[in-house]
Amino acid sequence: MSIVVKVEEKLYQNRYIVDESRPHIQIKSEEACKSCDRQACTVCCPAACYSRNETGGVTLVTDGCLECGTCRVVCQDKGNIAWDYPRGGYGISYKFG
Amino acid sequence: MVEKFDAIVIGAGPSGNAATYTLAKQGLKVLQLERGEYPGAKNVQGGIMYAHELEKIIPDFREDCPTERHIIEQRVWLLGDDSYVGTNYRSESFNSDKPNRYTIIRANIDKWWGEQIRKVGGLQICETTVTELIRDPSGKVIGVRTDREGGEILADVVIMADGVNALLAKRANLQTEAAPENVALAVKEILFIDPELIQQRFGIKEDEGVVIEIMGKVTKGMVGTAFLYTNKESLTIGIGCLISDFKNGDCPPYRMLEDLKNHPVIKPLIEGAEMKEYAAHMIPEGGYKAVPQLYGDGWMVVGDAAHFNNAAHREGSNLAMASGRMAAETVLELKAAGKGFTASNLAAYKKKLDDSFIMKDLKKYRELPGIMHGNKQFFGTYPDEITAAAHNWFTVDSVDKKSKEKQIMKSFIKRRSVMGLVGDAIKLVRAVR
Repeated sequence: MSIVVKVEEKLYQNRYIVDESRPHIQIKSEEACKSCDRQACTVCCPAACYSRNETGGVTLVTDGCLECGTCRVVCQDKGNIAWDYPRGGYGISYKFG
Repeated sequence: MVEKFDAIVIGAGPSGNAATYTLAKQGLKVLQLERGEYPGAKNVQGGIMYAHELEKIIPDFREDCPTERHIIEQRVWLLGDDSYVGTNYRSESFNSDKPNRYTIIRANIDKWWGEQIRKVGGLQICETTVTELIRDPSGKVIGVRTDREGGEILADVVIMADGVNALLAKRANLQTEAAPENVALAVKEILFIDPELIQQRFGIKEDEGVVIEIMGKVTKGMVGTAFLYTNKESLTIGIGCLISDFKNGDCPPYRMLEDLKNHPVIKPLIEGAEMKEYAAHMIPEGGYKAVPQLYGDGWMVVGDAAHFNNAAHREGSNLAMASGRMAAETVLELKAAGKGFTASNLAAYKKKLDDSFIMKDLKKYRELPGIMHGNKQFFGTYPDEITAAAHNWFTVDSVDKKSKEKQIMKSFIKRRSVMGLVGDAIKLVRAVR
């Protein structure tokens, strides 16, 4: 791939109302991620919220989340993602949508 | 005291707006709950809005509805690595007093809907996430619980218009999680640019719009499509594929979008535009077979939450508006007849859907999702072969035309075999019959 894509630069254009220290999505078991061979969440998330960490598990940072639900769908076999909406008024706030 | 409404509508997207407006206009006490900062804050659409369904609800919407451009030209492009083969349909008669299709910016339209709902006496409350349905001991839905303090609200009937994630129905075991092959993930950007440049590049006048629907190499063999739409002062570009394909692949959606933007036939159209927002959203793609239970004691589900999307024709928002209207009309009719909102009475909603274009169209294409999902050649091999064939055909050299025909046929057969080609043709017919 010749083009380097920085998703952070895309997300930087978006408006978020961050609910400090109240992530609306959580990984249930770190161990379950370690035994997941594909870790598809790290590829599928359009905001790159999921990344493989040095322990072989997956780190989730929800700040850039676009609330699409894709991670919940890809992880449904394992059921290792607790997915909720942010509290009313928080999270992504699309100016254009 | 817990407040009680005739109806609660969850979500301020096209289906929820249509339902709320229809109910409020007839004088019902209706509450619409939206989790976003303002209506539209959580909504994402390509977007094209179809006038016909909106006209049924608000006949004179054109007077103040903030649409972008009315569409006078539709292009369908099959992209090769550095090429496209395409068809265009353009007609001056699309420049009528009452155009049929408009490009839109979703948030502007939802704010406008909010005003329309207020005008007819509907109550729309934002920044409120509904956390669960309240049910009585018999299981009948009698209200909702929200994340606000003391946030229990009761109603005679609850209409779930909470979008593709449909968390409420899933939590209440009224729906199961969507299979990855039944939902697509689409990502898009809005790119601001001088309107003069839009008009020059697309050969259109002020207010006229062009939409380009795209298939081919840009989805990297995955089942998916892309689009480029002209707004007034911006372009919207996006791409989406089935989540099952993203899951099995190694290309993140944002990289796919970036590659689309850099494709040699797309790049000149968007050059110099400034990106102002990046959005992602799931799209229900499972069609007829993926439609869940649509009603029960005290509840109905509408729009994306009901999986109403015609992937073949890229229609979603009109199915959403129509289903929202039909759910509301069902409520109005039952109320007028003095009947309760039991499952058996709300079956009238399903009957309306069955008798309409919504279920008729979904049924017509019921085999399409399965066939596309199982036959990736339509998204990889064919775009390759068709663009290569066009390249061969339009390259003037000293090869005689009969030999060119043979070369092209040979190439197709090499990739798909004669039986494969015949089989693919049959599949395509089956998919759309």
